[in-house]
Amino acid sequence: MTTDVVSQISTVPLLAILVSMTAIPAILLSSRKPNLRESWSFLAAGLKFALVLSLVPGALRGESVGITLLEIAPGISLRLVADPLGVLFALVASGLWIVTTAYALGYMRGHHEKKQTRFFASFALSLSATLGIAFSDNLITFLIFYELLTLATYPLVVHKESPEALRSGRMYLGYALTAGLLFLAAAVWVNVRVGDVSFAAGGFIPEGAFGEGELKLLFGLFMVGVGVKAGVMPLHSWLPAAMVAPTPVSSLLHAVAVVKSGAFGVLRVTGFVFGPEMMREHGLDVLLALFAGATILLASLIALRQDNLKKRLAYSTIGHLSYIVMGAALASPAALTGSLMHLSAHAVMKITLFFCAGAIIVHSHKTEISQLDGLGRRMPWTFGAFAIGALGLAGIPPVYGFLSKWWLSMGSLDSGYSLALGVFLVSGLLNAGYFFPIVIRGFFRPPAPDAHFPKGEASPWMVAPLCITATLAVVFGIFPDFPLPFFEIAKQVVESVMGELPQALNAKDIGLAP
Amino acid sequence: MIGEHLPALPILLYLFLALLMPLAAKLGRGLPWAISWLGSLAVAALGAWGLWHTSTEGPIRYAMGSWAPPVGIELVADPLSCFFTFAIGAVSAFVLLHSRESVERDCGASNTMTYYASALLLLAGFSGIVGTGDLFNLYVFLEISALAGYAVLGCGSAKASLSSFRYLIIGTIGASFYLIGVGLLLAKTGSLNMADVTAILHLEGLSPATTLAVVFILVGLGIKMALMPLHYWLPDVYTNAPATSTALVAPLGTKVAAYALLRIGYEVLPYEALALDLRVFDVVLALGAVGIIWGSVMAIAQDNIKRMLAYSSVAQIGYIAVGFGLATPYGYIGAVLHVINHAVMKACLFLVTANLEHRGEGVSIKGLNASLRRKMPVTCACFAMAAISMIGLPPMAGFFSKWYLLLGSYEQGSWILVVVIVVSSLLNAVYFFRVLERLYLGKDEGEAEGASPSRLPTVMSFSTLVLALSLLALGFGNVFIVSKFISPMLPGF
Repeated sequence: MTTDVVSQISTVPLLAILVSMTAIPAILLSSRKPNLRESWSFLAAGLKFALVLSLVPGALRGESVGITLLEIAPGISLRLVADPLGVLFALVASGLWIVTTAYALGYMRGHHEKKQTRFFASFALSLSATLGIAFSDNLITFLIFYELLTLATYPLVVHKESPEALRSGRMYLGYALTAGLLFLAAAVWVNVRVGDVSFAAGGFIPEGAFGEGELKLLFGLFMVGVGVKAGVMPLHSWLPAAMVAPTPVSSLLHAVAVVKSGAFGVLRVTGFVFGPEMMREHGLDVLLALFAGATILLASLIALRQDNLKKRLAYSTIGHLSYIVMGAALASPAALTGSLMHLSAHAVMKITLFFCAGAIIVHSHKTEISQLDGLGRRMPWTFGAFAIGALGLAGIPPVYGFLSKWWLSMGSLDSGYSLALGVFLVSGLLNAGYFFPIVIRGFFRPPAPDAHFPKGEASPWMVAPLCITATLAVVFGIFPDFPLPFFEIAKQVVESVMGELPQALNAKDIGLAP
Repeated sequence: MIGEHLPALPILLYLFLALLMPLAAKLGRGLPWAISWLGSLAVAALGAWGLWHTSTEGPIRYAMGSWAPPVGIELVADPLSCFFTFAIGAVSAFVLLHSRESVERDCGASNTMTYYASALLLLAGFSGIVGTGDLFNLYVFLEISALAGYAVLGCGSAKASLSSFRYLIIGTIGASFYLIGVGLLLAKTGSLNMADVTAILHLEGLSPATTLAVVFILVGLGIKMALMPLHYWLPDVYTNAPATSTALVAPLGTKVAAYALLRIGYEVLPYEALALDLRVFDVVLALGAVGIIWGSVMAIAQDNIKRMLAYSSVAQIGYIAVGFGLATPYGYIGAVLHVINHAVMKACLFLVTANLEHRGEGVSIKGLNASLRRKMPVTCACFAMAAISMIGLPPMAGFFSKWYLLLGSYEQGSWILVVVIVVSSLLNAVYFFRVLERLYLGKDEGEAEGASPSRLPTVMSFSTLVLALSLLALGFGNVFIVSKFISPMLPGF
């Protein structure tokens, strides 16, 4: 089932990774001149995005281009390849980095945060690691960047250096390092048994290389390895704790880069290590779907009970990541399409919500949802954007979230696990249940007498990015291929992994019509 | 020409330079220091050249004084011994380069000559252990290094002399065990030459007497390399000695004993009997695995950073023992690679503590705070790099020794070992991040700039930095090292 596309040599994936790394010395050296320092970030973000964009036409043709750097372990090369799945993820991460840089500038200055140089430097390094993850061609390269991402984001999580932040940082490290080690254990095992660790669309583990029980154990090791970052329950506790980080960190890293690396890892492992056929034959899909389904429902229920805005968003993130995991588990063409679209859809929508939360915190210093009564009338743009994001996550058209959920729902039917459809529907209701009250409070409740709201909106550096992402969420919802062809790339990925294109459902096929 | 004499050159060079020290001290105050580190650099070059030469052309055997073995003493340079010679020379060169100010402070300016003479004798002992092809000669060099090590580790405080004395006693006990074993072997085989003994034992197999000899030899070497549970001498010595002496002895001392174990266990003693009848490899493997966990847990419990590193050494020696005990190609590669990786890491970490001592900072972890990062940015960065390598995160060197050991564990189907390696990495992370957190995130409690007494001398930060950066080089170059050098030296399994 492996596609026989010959990869051409191209340095673009390497350059895309290096560009933000090379920005780090520049950022560190200009620590005394904040404006210059932030221009480096912008420059790197722009260049990175342009480089990733240049890979898009190839990805649309289903091609993989890449470069082999050096042999990192006997028989295993440090190899970077931009295949359609990698390009899809890189596009999301690098595109949103630009907006986040603008937003971070407004937030960090508006909130008078300390150690901004370290912040922007670590941020750049995290983006390098994220792109490295996207373009990794084998398990070891993946692991190297995966660990780098952990190290690069640790200073961001503990940024405030308060005892609480340190505690969260330790928790984050504990979870992430354990996951990395289990992933390593799994990768070495595969290397010993199969003799190869390079990803291949449709999976590269041959049938019979592992016994039945061994295969389940191996899958478990891999899934814990990537599932920690993807926040699959019961491995999620670090994520809400990590919300002590400054909001731009939460938004980019905990809605886009870190957690999506985990979800991306799930897609890589299910689609490119095991392959859908093997998953289905050995019951691995059901195993994963059970965890994902439980996570979706439980996380949404817990989110209902959170009064802290960022905590509520965190639990919502946990739930939505498992949408992606669920799509990967169901592994039908439609489900995988939905999963891939949700990767970008959730990124765009959740980053909007985090931006809004940050704007509210910086501008009005309110962190609890019960304090937000009436604030929407003061900050209409922020709350408007929040409303759009909330609609999208609840899966209401015409926002992007509707499309991804539509494909996921179709996938749950044509893969034969219709129970998953129920999970998606209930979760949609729960999403509406925990997001809409925030919008209603903001716009329709009178402000509390002791609430001292400041006048007007937050700084334009913060409001503009959140409006941009909210607009994108709507535009993508109407034209899934404009301005970035997410749907087309997703189709290429699905074709390479499943060997067929996603089809709109025929009522007869799923037994709804006689 | 030089190739012929290669096996003898490192040992003779060190001995000769050690004898030169009194003269050098008369000629210039800094001369002993300069001569010793340049000498080590020369040995590193010899080792590197020998490594290159022997891995293409085969081993060089050298009969001391032209007395043909098995009567005379034979020295051997093969890829494994040259590899260790290189490691000894390279690591000690940077440690000695770093040591000048610390030695003057800790041992007194009048004692620098004695210190460097002892250090060179110590290194002569180390390279002798590595280079010899004679079992009794190995004992001689073990004693030379133990006596010289006593002098090097004991200078400074009264506490240092006391714990160093203990090191001497225990070291002698270890060497005596080894000697008893060699005596029994001599009685049974009539030879002391390693190649000779190998051939005889191969023909005759193990008798009860030779079995006893094997046990004595292995216990003796186990004490020398501080294999758990024979490690109790190590933490005290490493903690109380001056940091610069620890940085010299800690990375190399236990490693040469590990070398002797690799050499004798795989090549001299009959492998089949060792593996199947005595189950030596399983025992060492188990002890190594327990040592890994025990050392890491004890390291977490320490507040003195030097003591923490000492216990971490116990754990890291466990890795080498595990690689030895796996008795597979990957295990062997992992063990040898970890010797060089750990030597560089530990040297770097102990140099960091030497830098701390030099600046008058305490070695208590609780006393560390973020002002250090402002005062000594390079030192802190080096510590961070070495720590990351110790935890075993890619692409630092430490990751790859773990990689090969894991490959070996899977080959043997040893799941417990996989768990041990994973758990120990996490324990490493616990005790290193505890320090990193204080260095990088704690409150900056230092006084304002300018109040600090003296800057760190450039050589000190330079040598620390070189060692830290070579961890990256070792990481990226691991395939080169393994395929070019370690694979050709694999004994037949």
